[in-house]
Amino acid sequence: MKKIIKYVIIDILRNKIVIGYTLFLLAITLSIFNLEDQSTKGLLSLLNIILIVVPLVCILFSAIYVYNSNEFIELLVSQPIKRSTILLSMFTGLSVSMVVAFLIGTGIPILLFEPTLTGFTMMGVGVLLTLIFVSVALLTAVYARDKAKGIGWVILLWLYFSLLFDGLILFILYQFSEYPLEKAMVGISALNPIDLSRILVLLKMDVSAMMGYTGAIFRNFFGTQYGFWMAIAVMLLWAFIPLFISLRKFKRKDL
Amino acid sequence: MIFHTSVAAVLKVGKGMPYTTIKSAIQAAAEGDVIYVYPGLYQEQNIVIDKRIALKGIQFPTLDGEKKYEVLSIKAHGVLIEGLRVIRSGVSSIQDMGGIKVYDANHVTIQNNILEETFFGIYIQYGSQCNILRNRIFSSNKVEQQSGNGIHAWKSEKLEINGNLIQGHRDGIYLEFATLSNITENIAEGNLRYGLHFMFSHDNHYYANVFSNNGAGVAVMYSQRVEMRFNVFKDNWGDAAYGLLLKEMSDCKIENNHFAKNTVGIYLEGASRVSMKENTFELNGWAMKLMASCMDVDVTRCNFLSNTFDVGTNGSLVLNRFNNNYWDKYEGYDLDRNGEGDVPYRPVSLFSMVIEKNPPAMILIRSFMATLLDRTEKMIPTITPENLKDEFPMMKPLKL
Repeated sequence: MKKIIKYVIIDILRNKIVIGYTLFLLAITLSIFNLEDQSTKGLLSLLNIILIVVPLVCILFSAIYVYNSNEFIELLVSQPIKRSTILLSMFTGLSVSMVVAFLIGTGIPILLFEPTLTGFTMMGVGVLLTLIFVSVALLTAVYARDKAKGIGWVILLWLYFSLLFDGLILFILYQFSEYPLEKAMVGISALNPIDLSRILVLLKMDVSAMMGYTGAIFRNFFGTQYGFWMAIAVMLLWAFIPLFISLRKFKRKDL
Repeated sequence: MIFHTSVAAVLKVGKGMPYTTIKSAIQAAAEGDVIYVYPGLYQEQNIVIDKRIALKGIQFPTLDGEKKYEVLSIKAHGVLIEGLRVIRSGVSSIQDMGGIKVYDANHVTIQNNILEETFFGIYIQYGSQCNILRNRIFSSNKVEQQSGNGIHAWKSEKLEINGNLIQGHRDGIYLEFATLSNITENIAEGNLRYGLHFMFSHDNHYYANVFSNNGAGVAVMYSQRVEMRFNVFKDNWGDAAYGLLLKEMSDCKIENNHFAKNTVGIYLEGASRVSMKENTFELNGWAMKLMASCMDVDVTRCNFLSNTFDVGTNGSLVLNRFNNNYWDKYEGYDLDRNGEGDVPYRPVSLFSMVIEKNPPAMILIRSFMATLLDRTEKMIPTITPENLKDEFPMMKPLKL
């Protein structure tokens, strides 16, 4: 397993996209912190980067990478190696390199300019989102045999998580505006890891607004130790469940 | 005056002194005398002062109301109360018991006292030209109903309330039918309801006070011609927490104040002819909630910095004006370089309207979706009030 992970990581490094991603994050984060005179505004822009760019790059790159290493996977399958080991190594290799890229790209500037609780929450949330979207990409790649179809799915999924889901929430809120939906919203937010991460970070940042009537309900849940760890657990589930499903499928997949 | 001071006798109260109780000293005192109270614990039920005397504590002697009695009742003009520690007044919802209560008197001065766990701290009823200076008033009640106000004025006028520290009461300072008063340099923190509360109190000024961590900083209701300057409103957080709550009031001036980290900086409902100048709004949830029931509210030369929402409103009717403010979210340009932006700024975002109508939508705050909605709305305003805009927003923060 170690050997395969090592090989995957070396392969990823050789193709330079991840290095480009790292430099891109580094450049953007540094310029955000240097351009904005108010740290809250800088943090907000950074939050948007983390919530939009990180999932997009992770899901796209991972899916394409898995498709491109189809032949390598076929070669490995012909060897006396368990199939789960192969897929898990792929996942580990991809997520390790993406997490490292993220930590270098945004972690260093955060440590330099914003070593606060908000900054660290952002870092944690970014790492979790990376894991989740690598795992979702793996799931799509395992299920969709056709590369074009798979990448189309991946883009759709990203669009769904970052935009369509929120639109859906807004729609539901307006349709059922007569009902008390505050508590239900806490549950619904668990269905989208991007929303969950945003709320976790905003609870540290927009405290004044969050103390309002509805905000207080989110705060009473996510602001407590229990709620915080629940949210983290849900995010970990979001990373684990797609991986688990794709493992099961991959074991029986006709390559 | 000279006559009085020349014959003023000094009466001493304390262990081993000519008088052992305050009551006996008051009884023996003549108009204009000075009573010195030496350190010790005095449990004398209700002490009534009905002569023009000065009651001065030395190293804060303790006057205990044993949770049953009103501690000091002042029923004469020109009384001076100084340096006492008044604790544990009675609690009664029928009779408003105070730690120190003034009945129908003028020129009473209450200064440098410590009041702890009193129901009402200092209560002025039908008082005129009374001074309440540098007192420290603490309470630790958790329920509004069982707590009175730190300083309470009822049908009084020309009060001077300066330099007091009030913590943990229902309202820090409460004025009802109190007029022509100055409230300056007080600190009200951690009070259950409001830091400072005006009801039907006209022509008052309050300057350079600090209101933090109260249910709401200051509430001005049904009052006219109140001037508010150089105050700090901060950390008033909660479901219905405001830095400054204005309701059914008119002709007021709000200038040079600082609003920081409140859920809502200023909330205006039914306010008219209010001039807001050179205030700073920083890190609030909403800098301002301006309900459609307001008219002739002028907001000029204010700084809006790092607020989650700048202005919230509930309707499309706008009879108020915004001019020459600095908005950190402004994205316009200034081609003629006169320091004023060339395109107007609309401080009400679509998303704040959405939240106003549908509070649970708060869950989408700062999401990609919300940003997208705000952007499209900025291009073509449809839901946000068309006329609520700052025609000449400043390009740089104002130096205030």
